[in-house]
Amino acid sequence: MDRRPTVTVHFDGVEHDAFVGESVLECARRVGVAIPSLCFLEGISVWGGCRICVVEVAEDHRLRPACATTCVADMEIKTETPRLRAYRKSVLELLFAEGNHVCAVCVSNGACELQDMAVQCGMDHVRYDAQAPKRQIDASHPKYVFDPNRCILCTRCVRVCDEIEGAHVWDISYRGESAHLVTELSKPWGDSLSCTWCGKCVAVCPTGSLSYHGRAVGEMEHDPAMIKRLAVARSRHEWLYPEEAK
Amino acid sequence: MAAPIDLHAVSDREREERFRTRWRVKACGSTACLSAGAGATIQAIEDMVEREDMQLEVQVIPTGCMGLCSAGPLMRMMRRGGEETDYQKVTPELAREIVRSHVLNEEPLPEHQLDTTMPFFTSQERIVLANGGVINPDRIESYVAHGGYSALEKALTTMKPKAVIEEMRTAGIRGRGGAGYPVASKWSLLAAAGGDTKYVVANGDEGDPGAYMDRTIMEDDPHRVIEGIAIAAYATGASDAYIYVRAEYPRAIERLDRAIRVARRNRLLGRKILDTKFSLNVEIRIGAGAFVCGEETALMASIEGRRGTPRLRPPYPTEAGLWGNPTMINNVETLANVAPIINNGGEWFASIGTPKSTGTKVFALAGDINNTGLIEVPMGTPLREIVEEIGGGVPNGGTFKAAQTGGPSGGCIPSKFLDTPVDYESLRELGSIMGSGGLIVMDDGVSMPEVAKFFMEFSMDESCGKCTPCRAGTVQMHNILQRIVDGNGTRQDLRDLEHLCTVVRDTSLCGLGQAAPNPVLSTLQYFRSEYEALLAKEVAHG
Repeated sequence: MDRRPTVTVHFDGVEHDAFVGESVLECARRVGVAIPSLCFLEGISVWGGCRICVVEVAEDHRLRPACATTCVADMEIKTETPRLRAYRKSVLELLFAEGNHVCAVCVSNGACELQDMAVQCGMDHVRYDAQAPKRQIDASHPKYVFDPNRCILCTRCVRVCDEIEGAHVWDISYRGESAHLVTELSKPWGDSLSCTWCGKCVAVCPTGSLSYHGRAVGEMEHDPAMIKRLAVARSRHEWLYPEEAK
Repeated sequence: MAAPIDLHAVSDREREERFRTRWRVKACGSTACLSAGAGATIQAIEDMVEREDMQLEVQVIPTGCMGLCSAGPLMRMMRRGGEETDYQKVTPELAREIVRSHVLNEEPLPEHQLDTTMPFFTSQERIVLANGGVINPDRIESYVAHGGYSALEKALTTMKPKAVIEEMRTAGIRGRGGAGYPVASKWSLLAAAGGDTKYVVANGDEGDPGAYMDRTIMEDDPHRVIEGIAIAAYATGASDAYIYVRAEYPRAIERLDRAIRVARRNRLLGRKILDTKFSLNVEIRIGAGAFVCGEETALMASIEGRRGTPRLRPPYPTEAGLWGNPTMINNVETLANVAPIINNGGEWFASIGTPKSTGTKVFALAGDINNTGLIEVPMGTPLREIVEEIGGGVPNGGTFKAAQTGGPSGGCIPSKFLDTPVDYESLRELGSIMGSGGLIVMDDGVSMPEVAKFFMEFSMDESCGKCTPCRAGTVQMHNILQRIVDGNGTRQDLRDLEHLCTVVRDTSLCGLGQAAPNPVLSTLQYFRSEYEALLAKEVAHG
């Protein structure tokens, strides 16, 4: 039984208990309210960049990212309104138009969070011009492939590499529409001396941007939940696998 | 430790120096005049003085901005006793001629004189720019002789920190960076914050196209900025301060750097300032060419040496700023107002401007207007007075169409609202913002969709790329605007554009993205017919 102090919040009019200091998104996940999200990942820091998880807070009708908004007492949170649905759809359309997200030829087809999000939010077409970028694929790493055309700049790989693995191989270079991920100060990934081959970045990638070598269409499944297991185990000082610990 | 500067002695000495020669020549050495050739002009005058052996007759003083940049290089002849004559568009040849005929032969050259009785000069009220064209920005003595550092001395020796904040509250001054947050409230937040280390940051990352208020203040009166920072730090209990200047302002960086070193040597900065218990360390941090670094959380990331991208607020900087410590960020123009407020009292300041927007505001007048340059007017001055009287109206027989304020985050004010008083609330009601002070006047030859496209391109280039709506939304809005401007836009394009505007405005992470659609929204509000006229004739499918 969790004995942390709680405050009362309302999700779409229904009363729930939120822990003090808990974010709106964490609370919603815990009590079973579905809020779509992309860049958020349990176990690593909050980025707040994708803007899919925006919710409306009643006091001023301003939109806030659920992942980065702390629950306060008597907060009235709306997670599903026509406005929010329209905005989430538009933001997803912007993401789809920005890269080359052609599911039919993607290694992660069928196991892609961006794809799931589009289905969940009812995004069935893209109104905006495809930007159709031509970005160089980096397959220099012996184990992994990085396809920047499918990257949505959620920075999960950047954060997990820095915060969990401690290697900080990944980072963002340039800005605006030219912003892109780089490995080790823009060297080919295969030449990177800091990469430990741990594969956490590949495990957390929400799209087909990071994958194992040799995967064909629809064969790449990611395991972002691994990071949460790791983070929880670390906080409890469980350094060994349960069977090894015996 | 050296003894602190004796402000009164320095001031007296400097005033005596004024009467040493019969003539003093003040030549504008500000960026606008320098780019018009003022460097050569100043050199020519100095050479002439040396060649004719007139050092005991004439002193040459390079000063900061005199205001009317479109008439530069500017030069002022001052005779002992008070008579002043201003000359405009002074080339090196003209400068030599002026010195020869004005000084040697006592014959002024009326055809090259500048009429200082015109409204451009008489309608202004200069507080922030009071020293522009008056002092030599590189000499602390010159600043001290015009009352410099007396406010710091007054605050440190006769006022408690709380009293300083109260004075700011009485003054009612609001942040000059654009949003207009009450300065006293920000200062009290930092003063109330706990912790041993607190920071004050001067935001000199001015990036709006055509705006150069902060640059001029930093270049022409660097000590004023430093004095403002020191008073702010004293009032809030901060021990360290940064001046964040964009790299595109090398002269401002150079002058600030020199001013900081001189101030430290004179015990106006550093340990035990003016022999009081108050210590303050000030350093310059230079930007790396990103507009978004004017946003306070991105600015702090940049100072910390990280990638200059904004982060989510709360926590606000006064709670957790630089390296997690409480931090307060003030605009350079805000800080330049501090010393006059302390010297003359908050009530004096509150008597200028309107009740809710007190004091003056510096604007950079640009575009289709006769007198381009820097002006400072009381808040609440009608736009018409700024455009028609101070600005001298629209040149070449054109008619006024709109004024753009607030740069890429602002909007356009059409001619029917020319009588609007320029203050925070009035501009916001019209869908524009005060912004940092860029004011671009447009005549009837300007296409508003083109204007919107220009600013959208700016926002697109300057988006940091962190959040989706700003990174990808600005690109799509720019695409649509390009199509419309090219005559290929459709009604659906216009609908998509309007929808995108609201998406980007409501879902972006920081102020840059949230305000990026403003130029489109405001031109659509007032000039929708221009967009519609550009739409391609749609072919009926049948």
